[in-house]
Amino acid sequence: MSDFTVPKFRLPGFVAEIGRKLPQWPHGLALVAGLNAALKMKLLPESELTALDDKLFRVQVLDTGGTAHFTYRDSLFRPVFRAEREPDLAFAAHLSAYLQLLARQEDPDTLFFNRELEITGDTELGLMVKNMLDAVEWPKLPSLPLPTR
Amino acid sequence: MAAGIRRLYSVAPLTDSNAMTSLPDLICPAGSLPALKAAVDNGADAVYLGFRNDTNARNFAGLNFDAKAMAEGIRYAHGRGREILLAINTFPQAGRVADWRSAVDSAVDLGADAIILADVGLLDYACRKHPQQRLHLSVQGSATSYEAINFCQREFGIRRAVLPRVLTLAQVEHVIRNTSVEIEVFGFGSLCVMNEGRCWLSSYACGESPNTVGACSPAKYVKWDKVAAAPGQAGHMDTRLNGILIDRFGDDEPAGYPTLCKGRFDVQGETYYALEEPTSLNVLSILPEIARIGVRAIKVEGRQRSPTYVAQVTRTLRAALDSLADGAEKFLVKPAWQAELTKVSEGSQATLGAYSRPWR
Repeated sequence: MSDFTVPKFRLPGFVAEIGRKLPQWPHGLALVAGLNAALKMKLLPESELTALDDKLFRVQVLDTGGTAHFTYRDSLFRPVFRAEREPDLAFAAHLSAYLQLLARQEDPDTLFFNRELEITGDTELGLMVKNMLDAVEWPKLPSLPLPTR
Repeated sequence: MAAGIRRLYSVAPLTDSNAMTSLPDLICPAGSLPALKAAVDNGADAVYLGFRNDTNARNFAGLNFDAKAMAEGIRYAHGRGREILLAINTFPQAGRVADWRSAVDSAVDLGADAIILADVGLLDYACRKHPQQRLHLSVQGSATSYEAINFCQREFGIRRAVLPRVLTLAQVEHVIRNTSVEIEVFGFGSLCVMNEGRCWLSSYACGESPNTVGACSPAKYVKWDKVAAAPGQAGHMDTRLNGILIDRFGDDEPAGYPTLCKGRFDVQGETYYALEEPTSLNVLSILPEIARIGVRAIKVEGRQRSPTYVAQVTRTLRAALDSLADGAEKFLVKPAWQAELTKVSEGSQATLGAYSRPWR
């Protein structure tokens, strides 16, 4: 395990001010590309994915002002550029909290207790998604060769 | 190694009778294969887990082990000299007793080192059908006296009992002195109203509780509503259970699990935590006492939590226990251990709970 840790940080307010005014579709595309890559690697359990069918998800990064909507249909995650209804499940957090989650450095319940992660909408769907991601055995990234002296 | 305390490695047989002088085993939770591996890799002596159904008290969507993951988990733990304790700790429901019995049979077939049971009917079934199988009495069995524990030993041959989190340390010691059954206590994790194995509180709001469906406040009844700050009104988050408002958090207040026992209620015009506030048990500061009185194992709560939590808590308690092995008189709680455990605590605060109650 590497010693690198994601620090807790918050981007300055102007970043979100600008971020909210920028087009939001690139976030959606990037997120969906990542999720579909995980699908392709068969990291997510197919039997459980059917519970996500046609659900609308929203991921909001508070301090970058970025918001992404996506759905799951016909075995693929798809970006939703114009969300016309309230999402079934919505996450809101600052960038550092998402990075800490992705790096498996912090536990989602910890972030929730500390009010650093908000989950609204269908709680059971949220719990299922959380547990599905927890059960994924992410492939180990090859470690970078360190310079030796 | 000093002070008569020695580390019993998990490869040692569980029947070791020298419990009075040994360090307690560290028993860690797993709701998924990565969590199990995190527990093993960070120094758990045993990992406890459950099947993916309502035969265990953490029956949440997507959590727990199917047969394939269970087999792989057991292989992983056994390959590293650690044990697997399988929790079948809910109560068989009318007309479905066969489901619980078949869970017991599967646990034996899979090679679980012990099965953790709460229901006396199921204990009876397990000890008759599988007389060689090691059985533990679950905390859900709600045995707080040595008489109850000795009864289960005589009738069902239990080898260990997990004590409910309601006894003082002196009472735990009293139990240990009056039984040959190994005693396991909780060392870390979320606290609740702790009417363990007898709690129906959740049913008052949603008709379902741990004993009936294997979950308190099932997620389908839970709703969090965020109310943004507006001029003249601070932002807050409402927690509802089946539509009933059970708590409201200001934007800067720590939160807890959405259970009735940890809700804030209007009692005669005053709103406060009427039963219990969100908090976690943390025994770091009394670890030497726990070892001295002969507790055989320390359990960490949290099968519902992520592999990250399991790694953080296991690593911290392992370091503390290893430090205790160097001598109780030299044992000092490191601030970094406390900080790590407080961070992952419910409501971001920890307590010694009933252990430190000075009154009787």
